[in-house]
Order: sequence, then C-alpha cells, then structure tokens
Amino acid sequence: MSENLAPSGSLRNRLALTLIGGAAILALLVFFIVRNYAAQVAQQSQDNILNASATAILDAASIRDGEVQIDIPYAAFSMLSTPADDRVFYALYENDELLTGYEGLATPQNSNDRQNSFQTIEFQDEFVRTVAATRTLIGADKRIHLQVVLAQTQSALSQTLAQISSNAAMLGLGFFGLAAVLSFLATTSTIGQLKRLTTSVTRRGPQDLRPFEKPVPTEMLPLVSSLNSLMARLETSLAQSEDFIAEAAHRVRTPLATVRSYAEATLHRVEKEENRDAMRAMVRAIDESSRAAGQLLDHAMITFRADRLEKQDFDLRELVEDLVTRLTPVAEMKHLEIRLTSEEAVFCAGDPILVQNAVRNLIDNALKYSNPESLIEISVTSQPGVKVEICDRGPGFGGGNFDTLTNRFERGKNADKTIGSGLGLTIAKDVALAHGGGLTLTNRKGGGSCVIFSL
Amino acid sequence: MRYLFALTILLWPCASLAQDWEDRQVFNANASGTVLRVISSTDTALFAPFIEDFVAANKDITVEYLVTSTADIDRQIRAKPGDFDIAVSSAMDLQLKLTNDGFALRLEDVSHPSWAQWRQSLFAFTAEPAAIVFNRAAFTGHSIPRTRQELIEALRARPEVFRGRIGTYDVRKSGLGYLFATQDARASETFWRLTEVMGALDVRLYCCSGDMIDDLANGTLVVAYNVLGSYAAARGQSQNALEIVLPSDFPTTMMRTAFVSRRSSNPAVAEAFIRHLVTSQSVAPKGTHLLPPLDTLNDNVESAAIALEPALMTFLDKLKRKKFLTEWENAVIQK
Amino acid sequence: MKFLLVEDNHDLATAICSRMHQDGHVIDHAANLEDARAFAQTGEYDLILLDIMLPDGDGRTFLKQHRAGKLDTPVIVLTARSQVSDRIGSLDLGADDYVTKPFDHAELDARCRAVLRRKSGKSTTIFELGGVTFDPVSGHLTVQNEVLNLRNRELRLLEVLINAPGQIFSKQKLADRLFSYDDDQSENAIEVYIGRLRKHLDTSDLSITTLRGLGYRLDHV
Repeated sequence: MSENLAPSGSLRNRLALTLIGGAAILALLVFFIVRNYAAQVAQQSQDNILNASATAILDAASIRDGEVQIDIPYAAFSMLSTPADDRVFYALYENDELLTGYEGLATPQNSNDRQNSFQTIEFQDEFVRTVAATRTLIGADKRIHLQVVLAQTQSALSQTLAQISSNAAMLGLGFFGLAAVLSFLATTSTIGQLKRLTTSVTRRGPQDLRPFEKPVPTEMLPLVSSLNSLMARLETSLAQSEDFIAEAAHRVRTPLATVRSYAEATLHRVEKEENRDAMRAMVRAIDESSRAAGQLLDHAMITFRADRLEKQDFDLRELVEDLVTRLTPVAEMKHLEIRLTSEEAVFCAGDPILVQNAVRNLIDNALKYSNPESLIEISVTSQPGVKVEICDRGPGFGGGNFDTLTNRFERGKNADKTIGSGLGLTIAKDVALAHGGGLTLTNRKGGGSCVIFSL
Repeated sequence: MRYLFALTILLWPCASLAQDWEDRQVFNANASGTVLRVISSTDTALFAPFIEDFVAANKDITVEYLVTSTADIDRQIRAKPGDFDIAVSSAMDLQLKLTNDGFALRLEDVSHPSWAQWRQSLFAFTAEPAAIVFNRAAFTGHSIPRTRQELIEALRARPEVFRGRIGTYDVRKSGLGYLFATQDARASETFWRLTEVMGALDVRLYCCSGDMIDDLANGTLVVAYNVLGSYAAARGQSQNALEIVLPSDFPTTMMRTAFVSRRSSNPAVAEAFIRHLVTSQSVAPKGTHLLPPLDTLNDNVESAAIALEPALMTFLDKLKRKKFLTEWENAVIQK
Repeated sequence: MKFLLVEDNHDLATAICSRMHQDGHVIDHAANLEDARAFAQTGEYDLILLDIMLPDGDGRTFLKQHRAGKLDTPVIVLTARSQVSDRIGSLDLGADDYVTKPFDHAELDARCRAVLRRKSGKSTTIFELGGVTFDPVSGHLTVQNEVLNLRNRELRLLEVLINAPGQIFSKQKLADRLFSYDDDQSENAIEVYIGRLRKHLDTSDLSITTLRGLGYRLDHV
C-alpha cells in the first residue's frame, strides 16, 4: 500500500523563502536608509558651502560714503565650483531692492540675521538650492538691510547621490547575496536533520517497529516520540490482528472438527440410504465451510505477510520436497502418485512460509481435481527463472478466461462437482506477485492442466 | 586733452566698427547644404585653417565667419541667440557667464579634460599666455625686463623713453583686456603699481591686440603689456624686431573657448565643428598650428591657465566691475 | 495401535476416540497437559495426537519437554490455529506432522501410518495368522515367506478383516472404512479389492468368504 502523498508546500522552500524574503526586505531597508542618510549628508554638504559663500559675500559688504559697497570675493564663487560644473546664480538686495545679480531669484520670506534659510526652487529650467543670508549694516544715520541669495544647481549633488545610491545598492545586493547563501546553508543543514531521520526510517525493514533511539534536535523530539508511539500502537494492533486471526481460526474450527467427527461416525452407523446421503451431505458441507474458513484465514494472513515482505534465502527444492512428503499420504489415499523432479538445489530469496502455503494450495488443487489413479508431476527449476511447475491429469481448466480464475472465489467450468472455495489459485497468485513473479495456467495436451508458479 | 583726442582717434575705428563686423568671410560659399554661422573674436587669418579643413571634409557645408569684439559677441548672443551657431571668444569670463546663463548647448561625448571645458558646453582649444612684448631696438644696451617688477624698474629708470610709448588694453572696452587685468590684480599687488606707473607715463589704450602689435612693429610703441604673445608671433613680424616675454613671476594664460548656441538651427553640424576644433588643437602634431595648441596632457598648462569656473563671474558683477574700473581709471588716467 | 490423544474439547475427543475404537485401536485421552505428562510417562504409545490450545498451556511446551526427555514417540499435532508459523514451529519443535481441524479421519489415519512408517517401520501390533504376517504400519504382508506390498486400500481392507477374523462385514461397512465420504466409489469397487486380496492370500491359510447378501468374512482355515 503505497499512496502518493500530496505535498503541501516544501518545508525547505518555505524556510529558504522566509529567510531570503526577510533578507531582501532588510537589504531594501538598508538601501533606503543609507540613501536617505546620504541624501541628507550630501545636501548638508552643499548647504555648508553655500553658507560659507554667502557669508564671504556679506563679509565683504561695507558702507562707504553712505553707499553700500560689496566687493564680492573671488573665493566666494570659486568655492562654488563643483566637478559637475554646477551653475551659479546670485542676487544682492538692499532693503529688498535688487542691488546686483540675477533678476527673478526669489527672496525667501523667513530669513533673519541669525539663521540662513535654505530652499530648493526652480530657476531657469533647473532645480537649484538657494541660501538666503541677511545682514544689517548700520551707517551713520541709517540702517541698511542687506540680503544675499545664492543659488546653485544640483548636478554634482545628484551625481554624488547616484554614486552613493549605487554603492548602497551594491552593498544591499552583497548583503542580500550573502544572506541568501547563509539562508540556503542554514536551511539545508536544518532540513538535513529531517532527511537523516527519513533515511533512518526508510532503511528499516517492514517488520521493524522498534522505537527510534538516535538523538534528534529538540524540535524534532515530539515528532519522533509521536512516531515511536504510533509504531508501538501499530505493533500492538498488528499483534492483536494476528492474535485475532489465530483465535478466530481456533474458535471456528474446533466446533467444526467436532461436528465433522460425529457426522462421520454417524455415517458409519446408519443403514438407511437416505440417512447416509444426509450424513454425507453434512460432512461435505462441513468440509466446504472448513476449507473456506481455512483459506480465508490463510488468505488474510498471506496478504498481511506479503505487504511486509521480508525476504530470506532458502532452498526451494527442499521446501517442495517436504511438502510432497507431507502430502503423499493424502495422495495415496486417493490412489494418486506425486512425482517430484528437481535440480540439485534451487536457492531463491523470498518468504518461505508464503511460498510453502502457495505451493501447498496448488498441490491441494491438483490432488482435488486429478483423475483417479493418475500422476501429478511437480518440477522445480532455476533456469530461466526460479519456478515450480505442477501438472495434473484432471479435467483441465475450461476454455474460459485464465485471468479470472485467479480472482477470488472464481471457480472454473470444470470444477463444479468438487469442493473448494476457489481461493487456492488466488493465494498462489498473490504470493507469486508479492515476490515479483507470477502464476501461469495452461491446459495440457491429452487432458489436465499445468500451473507454473514463478518467483 | 591731447590724450583724450588721441584716445578718441584710436578708439574711433573700434567704435565705428561696432556697428559692422570687423571682418566677414564666407567659406565654401557654393555648397548646397547648411550654413554655419560663427561669431568670433579671433582674426580670420588665424582661424581660417580650421574652417578650411572642416569644409574640405564636409563639402556640403558653408561657413560664415564673423569677427567682432568680445564684448560685442556677448551682447549679440544675449540679444539674438538664434542668429548664430557657434560663438568663439578669448574672453573666458564672458563665455562662462553666457554658458551659466543657459546660452550654450550641452554636447555629449566630446572627450576633453574637465579643466578644459565647462558643463560639457564650453570648450577651450588654445593656451595663450599674456605676454609683454618689447621693441628690441629700444632696449639695445639694456636688459629686457623678465618680470613685472623688472618692467616697473625699467620704466622708472628711463621715463623719457617710455612716455607715451607704452600700450595696453583698454579694459573698459576689451573683454580680454578686462580678464587679463582682473586676473593680474587678483594675483598680486604688482599689477596696481605697474598700472600706476604706466598711467603716469601716459600709457596708450587699445581695444585690440592686433593694433597694439602693429604699433609696436612700426615703432609707435616700445612696450606692449598683457598682449597675446601668440598674436605677436603669429602676425609674422620679424623675429628680430620684437621680443616676446612671458613674465615669469606669475603667468596668466588665457584659453580661447567656443560653444554651440542653444538656439542654433544646425546643432549637429555645429557640434561636429566643435569636435573638429578641439581635436585639431589637441591631437595634431606641433608646428602646424597658427594658434597655440592646448596640450591636454601637460599639468603645467592646467595649473597656469585661468580656471574655467563660476568664479570668473565675480568680476562681471555690476558693483565689482564698477569698483575695479573706477580704481583702474584712477590709476591709468592721470590728469 | 496404541494412541494418546491430548485434546481439551470433550466432544471432539469422544468422537475421535470412538472412531479409533471402531478401527480397532487403543486410545487414551488426556484433557490437559498435566494428565498428558502423566500418561506419557507411564504408558508406551505408538503415537501421540496433540492439540495445541490446552487449558493449562500451549501443547508445544509439552512437545518440547517430551523431546527434551529423550522420548521419541511420534507426535502428530492437531491444530486449529491458522498461524502458518505455528505449523512450522511445531515441526521445528519436534512434531512429526500436523493436521488441521477439522480433519478427515481417513487423512488422519493415512498420516499416522506415514509417520509410523517413517519412524521405525515397527509397530507393536503385528498380525500373525494362518501363515500370514501382516504389519499394518509398513503395509507388508508376508505370505509363506514372501513379502507382498499392498496398495493402500487393500491394506486397509485387510487390516479391517484381520482385526476381527470371523466377523462379517457388509459391503457398506467396508466401503465406509475404505473410502472417504466423498469418494465416488460404488460398493462394487469393494468386490474388486476383495478379489485382489484373495489373490494375495491364495497361498496362505487365510481366506475371504463371500456371504451373499451379508458381506465378507476372513476365515482361518
């Protein structure tokens, strides 16, 4: 019984995906955080320089002869030169009137002497960062409110940011890659534990229901102990089944034996023909039910054993020989002869009890269906494959379907008059199949049938 | 009064020519394709080889070459940017401000060192130091000054030789002159002292290098200060007559620059020309240049050249310019 | 022959014993292991019929002890259990054969003979009568020093007659003894066997007399 279990997700995949997914999210997070921080720092950098420049310009302002003089230092603009050759714009306002510089450079509202204000606006089709600085100059009789607005495009800033972004991305990817590799390793190692348990379970033979004793990781302990208790219950259940079958056999057969014995005895005592017929019928009925019970129980036992097939090496010839010896008395009773031909020793691998049962059933069939005083020929060979061939001189299998004969309780056309439950062939076929072999039925020339039981 | 008159005479041609072009030439006039309009401050004779090579390789292109002053170039581009395809000028500050103000087109894939270009829009193609050019004859028996300081001493020593025979740019009129003067002033105090000395000796003011060198050659001038040595050499004046001295105390090297107008109607062709210009000046072997090439691999050139950076706009500031010019006038024009 | 039957089911035991008596055998019955041991020690038995499921233990224990005690009386195990391994186990433990219940008496009879034949060929019962020596176990009939081998049915027929010389057996009775209830033989087959026996006994002092309408009788002349 081997169903195909439908998997619902893979533990390894889930673990790996979770870890990798987590790593991906973290990497993204790292990227954005770094980028954000870098953007802030870069902007701060630009602002600092703009600030210095504005200060330098204002420092160069003075009142001379009642007029404002601003000697813009060369350095003030020199320091604004960037690797990206950013454009520079400036405007100087005296009491909110444009003194010199570019027109249209907005004056931010909220600047004062103590704090320069920064903004990013659009000017001449580009985004520029502006700083506005103010200073109040006190002349002899007036106060002059000076404001300088400096603006610089942000190409260099963008470039720096792009550089940092790509570096951060590389960092993120690197981190992600590393995390992915580590995840994979961690997952494999963890799943490896499960694999080891699986191997250990698989390696066990079908009869082996001993508990698992090898040490396993803490998380797997509940699983293993459940497995062990399951196996213990299974073992118990199996033992109980075996016991039940045995018990059932006993309880059914003993009374039957009693009835049969009495019926047989009575048969010998009665004189009247009709009574004798009645007795005969009783005995026949008992035999039929007993044989049926026997075969059913056998069949159950065999199915049970075949499912947990454990093979061992044995000599098939010896086994068949023993069987023939045992069945010879019965054969003699019926004036039938069994002749066994075999090679020296025929070794094969299988369950000797199952094989014995199958062959016995086949020989039983031969004994049942053979014509009186005929010969039953049995041969055991190993070439081309291990097989036992049993041929009798009986009615043969009717022209019917050979395949269906081995179906349960199916009896051939020529079997009507004999007692049997029809399980004999089924049992033999089941055993053969369980061993990877088969059962072949043929009719013989000159009457009779042959059954080939191969392993 | 005399000087004012002389000044006016000198400046008149410059003034009158401000309405017209200093020069106008059309190359490959019969071509069927596009017309490339180049506005420039460089003498046609010095720039012609580039154009000739270009039209030889691109037979379907006509080039119209217009020469005017650097200040005029700035004005024209700002006023009518669509009228021109390429602007070439020696006034680095004006060119940079034009680029900063968005008049230049960004060209991708022109491989040029970062210090020789700005925003991949403005491209330098020469390295021309400011020089002091002397008339040898006047210095027979005397050593020719090698530094500004030495020049000051020489001028002070023989004022009678030099009175009225020194020439320099009128920085109010010449963009290149203004550039050289401001860079000089930035560098050291010597500039102002020299200017005062020259002013005291009735220095003549010129709008253009060419005129200065002509007057040098014909003996009107004995010393020309802050003139383009390359022009002096290129003008093919006799080697014996003129001595070109690059002041060793601090060199001021100008880079001639060119850009494609943002509103050019033939940007692709203009770009090709710039590429051609740049490659000719960097790659071609020595000796074939009329204009000094830009040795892009030489670190000394990089450090000597005036930096192409926003700081060049400092002296273009209204107030700053006003202040400088006031000071300069006070030094140069002494009544 | 002398049998020991170890079987706890009273009805079945009675049935077996009566049948054995009918066949002319002596049979002792023990209903449990304790009695069985007692019987086995005191009596000399030709064969022990042993049931597995006994009230005071497993029959195989008795078997083990029996063999351990170096007693070589043949044992046929009567088993109702279907455990295949039980049968094998019994043989391993020293049983000579096994029979599953319910069993056919004729089969049991045949197996007993087979076992006895294998064991020693000797039986405690040898018929000597009228110059004829008959060993029912080996099936040898010696007539005037000539050993004849009888076939199964002839053997049984002779055994029945020689057990009770002078007694009349009807064809019916003989048929009962010879054939299984499901044998298709008519009583006429009896005549055939009688005929064959007569031939064998020709040279001896024994003869089989036909009594018309009554049956047959073995006579010692």
